Amino acid sequence: MAPELTPVLSRGWLDSEPWTLAGYQRRDGYTAVKQALRMHPDEVIQLVKDSGLRGRGGAGFPTGMKWGFIPQNDGKPHYLVVNADESEPGTCKDIPFIMANPHELVEGVIIACYAIRANHAFIYVRGEVLHVLRRLQAAVREAYEAGFLGKNVLGTDFDLELTVHAGAGAYICGEETALLDSLEGKRGQPRLRPPFPAIAGLYASPTVVNNVESIGSVPAIVRNGVDWFKGMGSEKSPGFTLYSLSGHVKHPGQYEAPLGITLRELLDYAGGVRPGHRLKFWTPGGSSTPMFTEEHLDTVLDYEGVGAAGSMLGTKALQIFDETTCVVRAVLRWTEFYAHESCGKCTPCREGTYWLVQILKRLEKGDGSEDDLGKLLDLCDNIMGKAFCALGDGATAPITSSIKYFRDEYLEHFERGGCPFDPSLSTAWADSPLSFARTSA
Amino acid sequence: MNDQSAYEHLRKLDGDAAEIISRYPQSGSALLPLLHLVQSEEGYVSPAGIEYCADKLGLSTAEVSAVSTFYTMYKRRPVGDYHVGVCTNTLCAVMGGDAIFARLKDHLGVGNDETTEDGRLTLEHIECNAACDFAPVMTVNWEFMDDMTPDKAVLLVDELRAGKDVQSTRGPALCTFKQAERILAGFEDSRPGAVAAGGAAGHASLAGLHVSQGRTPTGPVATTEASE
Repeated sequence: MAPELTPVLSRGWLDSEPWTLAGYQRRDGYTAVKQALRMHPDEVIQLVKDSGLRGRGGAGFPTGMKWGFIPQNDGKPHYLVVNADESEPGTCKDIPFIMANPHELVEGVIIACYAIRANHAFIYVRGEVLHVLRRLQAAVREAYEAGFLGKNVLGTDFDLELTVHAGAGAYICGEETALLDSLEGKRGQPRLRPPFPAIAGLYASPTVVNNVESIGSVPAIVRNGVDWFKGMGSEKSPGFTLYSLSGHVKHPGQYEAPLGITLRELLDYAGGVRPGHRLKFWTPGGSSTPMFTEEHLDTVLDYEGVGAAGSMLGTKALQIFDETTCVVRAVLRWTEFYAHESCGKCTPCREGTYWLVQILKRLEKGDGSEDDLGKLLDLCDNIMGKAFCALGDGATAPITSSIKYFRDEYLEHFERGGCPFDPSLSTAWADSPLSFARTSA
Repeated sequence: MNDQSAYEHLRKLDGDAAEIISRYPQSGSALLPLLHLVQSEEGYVSPAGIEYCADKLGLSTAEVSAVSTFYTMYKRRPVGDYHVGVCTNTLCAVMGGDAIFARLKDHLGVGNDETTEDGRLTLEHIECNAACDFAPVMTVNWEFMDDMTPDKAVLLVDELRAGKDVQSTRGPALCTFKQAERILAGFEDSRPGAVAAGGAAGHASLAGLHVSQGRTPTGPVATTEASE
């Protein structure tokens, strides 16, 4: 039987004005921070460690352990930086969360800063989401006015400043060290690690960088306890999370469920693949995670399950493509994205992604040859693991996985001398009765 | 306006610039918001704007240029009143973003990253904007325009050019590019009701919540439009 959906982060989104302080307090908002401030900071870190919460930004690193890496009594300022630079293709969970529920993020920030003993936090939001900034700016102002931020938080001797910072359009800034360089006012280029941010992060001080959903999950864990959290999901991947279904699905959207649900179960909730069509390929966690096919419908969508099946849980961005979609077109477009977004620092990624695009363009037009597939895989081999950050690795994932599952479709392109698909059949309006009028207009 | 008078013109931002700089432990962090602030006045990052940021932060103009040219939201030429973005990353492209972008280029007579002759609109294809469950997605001045079709896109740009009020599908009435840049620089939208406009969440954001309450998700209002 399919696990039940578990709206926790999304629980208030149908309420009246849930983004306001009053709206959040109507659903127990800011009670967790009061609990946390009565505990010793080390106890808060231990609680998050015990919960087993793992980073929701893609890598799945245990959040409490990250907090525990911050050296204490070192005489340096500590910082919390929330990564709200949501840009991985297919990923669309943090943006609706902040838009509907900014105060839950702010409350998580306060708890995290208290735990790691930071007095200044930053929320780095991608710039291209103006309304999210509006909601967040208003929420932070409200939190200051209510005494949750600023000097002497809630009458304690804990001071906290929170700065909302807008990015300026660069996918690479979702990578935590590039984000830190960007927040320092530089070009967003990844740093060599070690040292890790926990030792030398923002302004070379100990810094925790956490994803929005990770920090946003903390208040609920504090409110409801470790046992409640571990009652959902699996032993190694406990808790709830937002799964984002997009593409050729009857009801695309956010589905908050225990970790470990399967795509088959999620599709049942979402009304299935769009009527009259069947699943062809999908990404479990954004375009940087190797694609899956119909044979993976029952893969358990937690960190271990997806890893064992040869991909990564990533951001749980499930992009669904049906049989009308040309996989070569899809992969070429993703590859163009990686080439555009490569920051240029590391040669294998900068040059490699450029050449991947050239070859894929040739293949899609039907001018390629079977040798090109070998060349693509060879290039991928020379990019994978050979750059500072994972952007280059991500660029290879759609290529290697699509050649693994759809080699024949690549071959068909140059056997026919062109793409065998009609792109108009894949559109959102393709099956509507008026589609003829629209496409011929 | 020559560079010198443009620079003098920017001096009226001194108070705002000081406030931005005060938000950071180290002044260098203020560069990205200051560049947004320059765009809120000039509509792009002008040579005078680069000099202005450099002076405020004690950087060289080369250092500021290196940063401003790295990020795609900073523009080297003046943007129209409305920056119109069409997502053509894979998922939106497949769902119809490519057809929308082609139609708009044709309808407006401009190419990618070009501005209409009347200076009203700048068209650009954009990367994934974190709204994939509303595909195909467009943006105007970085506000969401969800569940688009080619016909809806044409209607949208025609209304913008005609000076009509247009509302974001998940936000307030659209402001100009310069006004949007002021919010990006870190200053709240002072228009009454702007924060509350658009409701808590769009239909797709609520899909799982509806299902968990035993209801059917509502879906977009329509993927077809009345004009047909």
